[in-house]
Amino acid sequence: MIEVNQLTKFFGSHKVLDNISETIGEGEKVVVIGPSGSGKSTFLRCLNLLERPTSGTIQFDGTVITEKGTDINQIRRQMGMVFQLFNLFPNLTVLENLTLAPVQSKLLPVKEAREEGMAMLERIRLPDKAHTYPSRLSGGQKQRIAIMRALMMHPKVMLFDEPTSALDPEMVGEVLDVIKELADQGMTMVLVTHEMGFAKEVGTRILFMDEGKIIEQNTPEVFFANPVEERTQSFLSKVLI
Amino acid sequence: MFETLKAQFILNFIKDDRWMFMWIGLRTTLLVTVLALLIGTLLGTIFAVIRSMHDQLKPNRRDSAGALLLIVLNTLTKVYLTVIRGTPVVVQLLIMYYIIFGASTNKLLAAVLCFGLNSAAYVAESIRGGIMSIDSGQMEAGRSLGLDYFTVMRFVIIPQAIKNILPALGNELITLLKETSIAGFIGLTDITRGAEIIRGTTYSAFMPLLGAAVIYLAMVMLLSLLLSRLERRLSLSDRG
Repeated sequence: MIEVNQLTKFFGSHKVLDNISETIGEGEKVVVIGPSGSGKSTFLRCLNLLERPTSGTIQFDGTVITEKGTDINQIRRQMGMVFQLFNLFPNLTVLENLTLAPVQSKLLPVKEAREEGMAMLERIRLPDKAHTYPSRLSGGQKQRIAIMRALMMHPKVMLFDEPTSALDPEMVGEVLDVIKELADQGMTMVLVTHEMGFAKEVGTRILFMDEGKIIEQNTPEVFFANPVEERTQSFLSKVLI
Repeated sequence: MFETLKAQFILNFIKDDRWMFMWIGLRTTLLVTVLALLIGTLLGTIFAVIRSMHDQLKPNRRDSAGALLLIVLNTLTKVYLTVIRGTPVVVQLLIMYYIIFGASTNKLLAAVLCFGLNSAAYVAESIRGGIMSIDSGQMEAGRSLGLDYFTVMRFVIIPQAIKNILPALGNELITLLKETSIAGFIGLTDITRGAEIIRGTTYSAFMPLLGAAVIYLAMVMLLSLLLSRLERRLSLSDRG
């Protein structure tokens, strides 16, 4: 579904991603872990071109999206993204947050978008918040709504950029539950996280990144039990699993 | 004392329906202000978007045709802002009327354009500041949903930016209203000019000028009140 070929990204003279090639298949739940500054978020943000690669190509569903002239908005509609800081639109109500993109991109007429938005809110048990502004919500509620906002576009893949890192500990669970549910329904996803337990639980494949490279990858069982590379071992020994 | 004031009032405003000059002036002042405000806000927003698009242009994407156009537009906008903000508005008004309009009969249009173009320059920098103050995550979230740059600007960024800079925009509106008092320089009868006409007829300065001042003050106070109400209403979405 996503094919990354020799992806390199520089920020100024700093090489953030170093010649990464990787294929993500349909239905996979790829979890990217690694120390801060290892390039994992940048890697994720390159997949929907929020960051432009310095060189290399990315293919999505057979389209080379890094090529000039690709309709990137059309591609992004098929790739949902969830951010660390939620990034809900504070000037819009919860329901308007959900319906803005499908209505403006003419995916759905207003009435149907609202109905679907309400159905999404039912799904996360927040229908009573439809006409509330985001500032009145807890972090966990905001992030669950942000996930639903991305799902409103019926994406083929979901990209999660440390979705629980900015949450109070007691709210992490409710957000992970929503992601887990989505995974169980067969959604293809790429997830950058520091939640090792969750990585183990939902991941079908773990990628360990350091200094802009994918150092090691494997199924969660093998990866956490028998890491091969020294850097992986050293990283895993420092994080709580 | 009271009798003198009363006589003065009757002489300057009641006799020969002289209040009509103030009334005509008030209507002109309001018309010029409202139209100039529309032009100023519209153009100012466009300038602000050009300027902030340029500032957000990533260094590695400066080679496309769109980027080149943007650089040209940005340079033109910067020159415009420098010229407008670097010259007195009276001079701009005289240039607009005597040179650009060739002293034609349409004084109102000349004044509206002059004040609108002038106001746009000040509004542009305020709105640009407002746009730049919005977290970049907002644009990223909008773009990640497949919306184009302008759609995100229109529905997400600009509403938040305007709300943040509403006090500054309110001040600009008040400044604009008072600035129109120089419209008399091209012979347009606004409030100030209306007062001057009365003064020229009655040879008494006190009542007409005080009257003009009171009308401006009342309008400014009303505007301030409306603006603070609007601010309070817009900040509803901020309450935690």
